[in-house]
Amino acid sequence: MKARVYVMPKAGVLDPQGKAIGHALEGLGFGGVNDVRAGKVIELDLAETDPARAKAAAEDMARRLLANTVIESFRVELA
Amino acid sequence: MKAAIVTFPGTNRERDMRVALKRATGRDPLMLFHRDALPPGLDLVVLPGGFSYGDYLRCGAMAAQSPIMRDVRAFAAKGGHVLGVCNGFQILIEAGLLPGGLLRNATLRFLSMDCHMRVERAGTAFTSRWQKGAVFRAPMAHGDGNYFADDATLDRLESEGLVAFRYTDERGEATEAANRNGSARNIAGILSPNLRVCGLMPHPEDLVDPLMGGTDGLPMFESLADAFLPA
Repeated sequence: MKARVYVMPKAGVLDPQGKAIGHALEGLGFGGVNDVRAGKVIELDLAETDPARAKAAAEDMARRLLANTVIESFRVELA
Repeated sequence: MKAAIVTFPGTNRERDMRVALKRATGRDPLMLFHRDALPPGLDLVVLPGGFSYGDYLRCGAMAAQSPIMRDVRAFAAKGGHVLGVCNGFQILIEAGLLPGGLLRNATLRFLSMDCHMRVERAGTAFTSRWQKGAVFRAPMAHGDGNYFADDATLDRLESEGLVAFRYTDERGEATEAANRNGSARNIAGILSPNLRVCGLMPHPEDLVDPLMGGTDGLPMFESLADAFLPA
């Protein structure tokens, strides 16, 4: 079973990378981009076949390693 | 003093740290690799700077999970003294030994320059040779040193006297300009509640000899030497 973990800078936490991307988009002439936030996606291929258990396991992995919950939030999606 | 320097693949400031410890204590520290075990009888464990595990995932995240960090956590839990500088500070935070997080520098630029810090907490094993309010110079070299914590954590650090060092100008003013990486409340270094775990981003170990351009960082290592004088 595949799981995708989306890790994003928490709301309110400065995201200089997102800001820089926003400036670069502006430089390319893309108007109307109000805000950019940059995070990462981590794909997991899990042996678990039960969706609830797979999701719980991926969330545990996110809490303990994949995200630093002081500065990042995460969301798990099963694929 | 019996000190050990712990290195990981990608650590690169361990020799500077070794020079500083040896100069202040007269004893060569033990050099350990991430697969080694922490031997008993240590007074101090130091996590030096570098780019452990290529900064994969987040700076310090991989090193925090490496086998020797289990020993370092246990050492700290028993009241052992631990110093983390730069990447070592990032590792201590990722290992949960110090609170908060270290974000990308607010300017997005890697900062390689001297900075000034004010000693906010004197009288610890890391700072006893300084007076509170003393200002000293130290080189810094990092891309992710922007200290972050929620307001409740910051307030607790302040009220419990756990902010060790703050970025200031040469006169000791905690200005915005002196806070080049954008750290919350100009925080450069913090302490654990028992004052035995200390992490900071700049490198006092790189100013411990006139040949390096100054000895501003030496008091940290002399403080540690004092703390562990043979009885």
